[in-house]
Formats: sequence, C-alpha cells, structure tokens
Amino acid sequence: MDSHILIQQLANGLVLGSTYGLIAVGYTMVYGIIGMINFAHGDIYMVSAYLTALVLALLGASVSPLVALILAFVLVVGLTAVFGFSIERIAYKPLRKSPRLAPLISAIGVSLILQNYVQITQGARNQAVPTLIPGGLEWNVGGGVVGITWVQVMIIVVSQLAMGALTWMISRTALGRACRATEQDPKMAAILGINTDRIIATVFTLGAAMAAVAGVLVTLNYGSFDFSIGFVTGIKAFTAAVLGGIGSLPGAMIGGLLLGLSESLFSGFVNSDYKDVFAFSLLVLVLIFKPSGLLGRPQVEKV
Amino acid sequence: MSRKNQLMDYIKQGFITFFLSLITLGPLAAWQLQGYEVSGSLLRAFRLSLALAVFRVIQMGINSRKQAAKKEVKGIDLSSNNGSRSLSGIFQWENHSQGTKLFLSAVLLVAALAPMFGGNYALTVGITAFIYVLLGLGLNIVVGLAGLLDLGFVAFYAVGAYSYALGAEHWGMGFWAAIPFAAGLAALLGCLLAFPVLRMHGDYLAIVTLGFGEIIRLILNNWLEFTGGPNGIKAPYPSLFGLEFTRSARIEGGTTFHEFLGIEYSSDYRYMFIYATLLLVVACTIFAVSKLKNMSIGRAWEALREDEIACRSLGINHVTVKLSAFAMGASIAGVAGVFFASYQGFINPTSFSFFESALILAIVVLGGLGSIPGVIMAAIVLTVLPELLRQFAEYRILIFGISMVGMMIWKPRGMMANVRARLKVKPTQQSAKT
Repeated sequence: MDSHILIQQLANGLVLGSTYGLIAVGYTMVYGIIGMINFAHGDIYMVSAYLTALVLALLGASVSPLVALILAFVLVVGLTAVFGFSIERIAYKPLRKSPRLAPLISAIGVSLILQNYVQITQGARNQAVPTLIPGGLEWNVGGGVVGITWVQVMIIVVSQLAMGALTWMISRTALGRACRATEQDPKMAAILGINTDRIIATVFTLGAAMAAVAGVLVTLNYGSFDFSIGFVTGIKAFTAAVLGGIGSLPGAMIGGLLLGLSESLFSGFVNSDYKDVFAFSLLVLVLIFKPSGLLGRPQVEKV
Repeated sequence: MSRKNQLMDYIKQGFITFFLSLITLGPLAAWQLQGYEVSGSLLRAFRLSLALAVFRVIQMGINSRKQAAKKEVKGIDLSSNNGSRSLSGIFQWENHSQGTKLFLSAVLLVAALAPMFGGNYALTVGITAFIYVLLGLGLNIVVGLAGLLDLGFVAFYAVGAYSYALGAEHWGMGFWAAIPFAAGLAALLGCLLAFPVLRMHGDYLAIVTLGFGEIIRLILNNWLEFTGGPNGIKAPYPSLFGLEFTRSARIEGGTTFHEFLGIEYSSDYRYMFIYATLLLVVACTIFAVSKLKNMSIGRAWEALREDEIACRSLGINHVTVKLSAFAMGASIAGVAGVFFASYQGFINPTSFSFFESALILAIVVLGGLGSIPGVIMAAIVLTVLPELLRQFAEYRILIFGISMVGMMIWKPRGMMANVRARLKVKPTQQSAKT
C-alpha cells in the first residue's frame, strides 16, 4: 500500500464525504420531523447543479470569478430553497394525514417530474461549467505527489461553515427551538402555539438550501453533470444519513464523512467499478443490523 | 365566505402560483445551456407560469364545488330499521365481483381476438402491454395487498430474463424449462430479500429494496465474464415442441415451425406464438391472484397491510405471510422476465433500471393499490398510450410523475379502487313491507 495513494484517497474521501453530509442533512431533518423519506431530495440537488451552470453562463466573463462565485451561491441557494418550499407545499402538504405510503409515492412522482422537466428544458446531454478557480496545493509524500485543488479546499471549508451555521440555528435560535419541539412531538408543539405547518415548510426549505450548497460546490469541482445525477447521489446521501443515525444533525455529517472516506478507499484499493455496489450494500447492511445508526435513537414500535 | 372574498382568494392564489413557478421552473425553462453559453428568452418561462396559475385557479374552483356538493349528501337513516329485527335483516352483502368478472372477460376476449385485426406492430405492442400486466400483478401482491413498498421489483424481472438467457447459453435451457426455473429462482431471491427486511416497514423497506435492485443491476453491469456487462447477452427465441420460429434451424438436423407445417416463413408466427403463450400465462395469473386474494393467505396479506401488530396478536405468522407475498410477487416478475428476454432476443442491464421499477409502481398506484382490474387497465393504458401519442414521447415520464402525485392527492385509491365484499344497509322499502 503506497502512502501517497492512501493520503490522496483520504483527501478525496473527505471532499466527497462533506458533500454527502450536506445533502444528508435534508434527508435527516425531513425524516426527523415528519418521518418520511424525501425521495425527490437528490433531484433538488441535481436542479441546483443546473442552476449553478445557468448563473455562471449568464454572468459569463463580465464579472471577476470571486464575484461570480458569491453571486452563484446566493442565487442558487435562494432559488433552490424556494424549490424545496414549493415541492413541500404542492406534493407533501395535502398528504399530511394519509397513510405512510402516500407521501413516498408522491415523492417518487416529484422525482420523476424534476428529472424529466430538466431533460425536456435542457436536453439529455452532459452539461459542463468552466473552471472558475484553477490550481491547488501539492505535496511530495513517500515517493508520490498528493494534490488537492482550491475548489476541494473550498468544499471542505464551506461545508463545515454551512453545517456550523445550521447547527447554531437549530440549537440556539427561536426557530430552531420550534423545529426541535415539532420533531419531538408535533401535536404538543401545535398545542403550545407553534405553527407546525410553517416549521415543516422551513425544514424542507433549509434542506433544499443545504443541498444547493452541495450542488454549487460539486458542480464547481467536477465541472460536468447530467439530469440523472440526483438519483445515485441522493441514495448515497440517504445512506450517509442512515449511517449517522437518521434524525440526528451531527450524525448526518459524520455519516457523510464516513461514507465518503470508505467509498474512496474502496475505489482506490479494491475496485472502482463496484464502488456504488459497496455504498448500496453498506446501506442495506446498516438498515438491517443497526437501523438507528451511530447517533440515532432506536425507534420504539407503538400501537 | 362571500363571493367577493372568494374571488380575491382565487386571484391571490393565482398570483402566488405564478410567481412561485416563475422563480422555480422559470430559469430552467427560459434559458438553455449551450456549452458554456445560454440561449433562450424569458417568454417561455412566463407562458409556463401563466398556464400553471390558470390551472391552479381552475383546480381551486373545482375543489370548492366538490366541497359544496359534499355538504348536501345526507347520512344513511338507520332509524327506520326498528331495533327488533336481526342484523341480517338490516345488512346485506354488497357484491362487486360480478362487474370485475365481466371486465376481465371482456379484456381477455378483446386480447384474444386482437391479433386477427392488428398486424405485426399491434402484436409487439400487445406483448409489451401483457409483460407489464404481469409485472403489475406481481408488484400488486407485494405493494397493493401486503402493503410492503418494494422499489427494487425490477431485480426479479432482471433475474427472470437473465436466468433464461444465461441458462440457454450455458446449459442449453429451453423456453419452457426456463419459465418454472426463472419463477423458482426469483421466488428464492424474493425470500432471501424478505428475510432481513422482516422487521422493517414502510420507508426503510422501500430503501432497502431499492438498494437491492440497484445492486443487482450494477452486478449485471459490471460482471463482464458472466453476464456480458453493458453489452448484454443474446436470448434465444422460444420453441414449440422443439420446433423453432427461426428461418433455419439452429441445431443440426432440427426442424423449424414453418418447415414442419410446410408454410412460408414469417416473423409474425414468432410474435403470434409469444403473444398467445403470454395471454395464457396472464389469464392463469389473473385467475390465480384473484383466488389467492380471497383465500386465507390473501386475507392475511391485506390484514398485515392494515395493522401488523394487530395481526400478530391475532396469531397470524407475519414471517410466512411476508415471505409468501415477496415470493409470489417475485416469481410472477421472473416469468415476465423470461417472456421479455425471449421476445427481445437480447437483454442488457439498461432495461432493468430504477425507472422501470418506478413505472411498475406507477401502474399499481394508478390502477388502484390491490385492485386486479385496475392494475390490468393501468398497465395497458400506460404501455399503449405512449405508442399512440408518439409526438408526446418526451413528456411521457413527466406525465407519469404528475399523475402519481395527483393520484395520491385526489384519488389515493386509484382509478379502479380495490373493493372488498362488505355488508351494507338494505334498502328501506323492504322494512315497510314486513
């Protein structure tokens, strides 16, 4: 085992894991509050990738890369947040009192709608964005070169900042307190004067915003995407959420990092063709043997 | 609410819909990515948002009408039945099976007569439709009756198709031997999957089955030496008593169907044969599933769907009930896979993506969870309609998605809801006589 390959894969895994963590937040918060898997969450991430490319292409070379970057973040996160809000309002809110299967099927419908809408409006071909920030850092380690680009550094830093901001919001502000109360007991929270419908909408909006942060970062990093990226990324982010313990905010980030690291180590040292199989198997195994994850509370079955 | 207030509400909702759709769907509709540049204009976005706003207002109007109509419906007046009469005097069995039987026989009759009027093309459409009818019936057992949301159903379909193609390649397995083999193998796999997921329900089960389906597809895609990977694998055409439907016999000294009967070769015979066999299998499946539904196992499936804890406390063994649902559904999908492989003559993993699972789920949901005639109708509609509306082909998935969401909101029990035989109050004229 070469040490420089190991370190390179660890760095890649850290970058990958940070983005998984950001998307996993959306799954974990929604699951925590209304107990449903937002199947369309991966596709919201996909939409944010397209929006990033659109914003960058519209701005063109007229502004400096830094301004373009900041504008892209603000616009894409804002637009995607509205997306998350609208989807909740249209497809999930009317189903609040239906059996558990109904919102899930509705979410699959939304996922199909988003994919096909993007495919119709933007075409099925691969899309790309120009490199905004070139260059990176390089070190010589044990007879090889380990490199990390500035964009990758940005991914790690920005995702930690975003997670920090979200954690602060949930644990310190009045809105966060209302979110936690609704998560613990929606009926009681409603009796105590919390508008639970609004809190649920907020959670969807926040989840979409975090997915959008990941969308901008990943798009800048990889540079290419198509309309179907949301599916696999979505399942992997869900795996991360389950791994860390669904419903737990720090769990989502830890699960994301764990999945990212193990996936990139697997593809570096075992077989890169089967890296998706590895991630899916991990998901199945965790759900079977430890469905409460690392930091989650075990579910108690009630009559 | 006064009329003026209502109007204001409509206008307000219309504007909200307009602006929200302009913000969300607008950018993607207005501009199109062309490499690193964009083209397009805002007009498209405005038109789309306007259409959605109009739709929202119309939908609100229909909703308020419906609610007004609901208020006028009166409850059943039980007071006219005096208490002295027995329960059997008040209630009678409501029977829906007559209509269902009529519908099913009509469909089968039309299907049996169709090849006489349609050509080769109609036959291929019919074969596709029937394959989806089979898949829908299989998933209907798992999702509709047993209430176990399986998002990886396509895995069993793939196992059926690949077991035929690989069996024919490695062991020279024939079409007729492949049907029970594929059904058994898929059922075994269904049981294998069902064991670990016994404790789960709802969403977790959905995700595990989804992961399972993807794992199967990825293995088929990556295991080049065994499955041929993305290049796929050839599946032989079916045969009847050793007679092949090819132009010349594949085996040395074999006879082909057209040589045996002494008629001109035509590829139509092959399609006709697959169609006829498939129709027979579909008819048998429909019969078996409708019988199963009313047997104790079918009742146990539906009871489990409604309340697992109550079921277990009443002594129903949830392990065997869930296992049997998975195994039955999977074996039907396996048979559908054999037909798919023999009809296509070639299979590769792209036919077994998650989209396929979602399509089968859409069939079950749109038809009505648990309803056999509903599933059959939905399968036929969803496969024949895209053929008729070729120019809207690119909107197909969009329409599926919208109808899945819409169905859940407005008609959660599907086009033809599953109705169990139940007791209803007898009409009151009789009580006046006695």
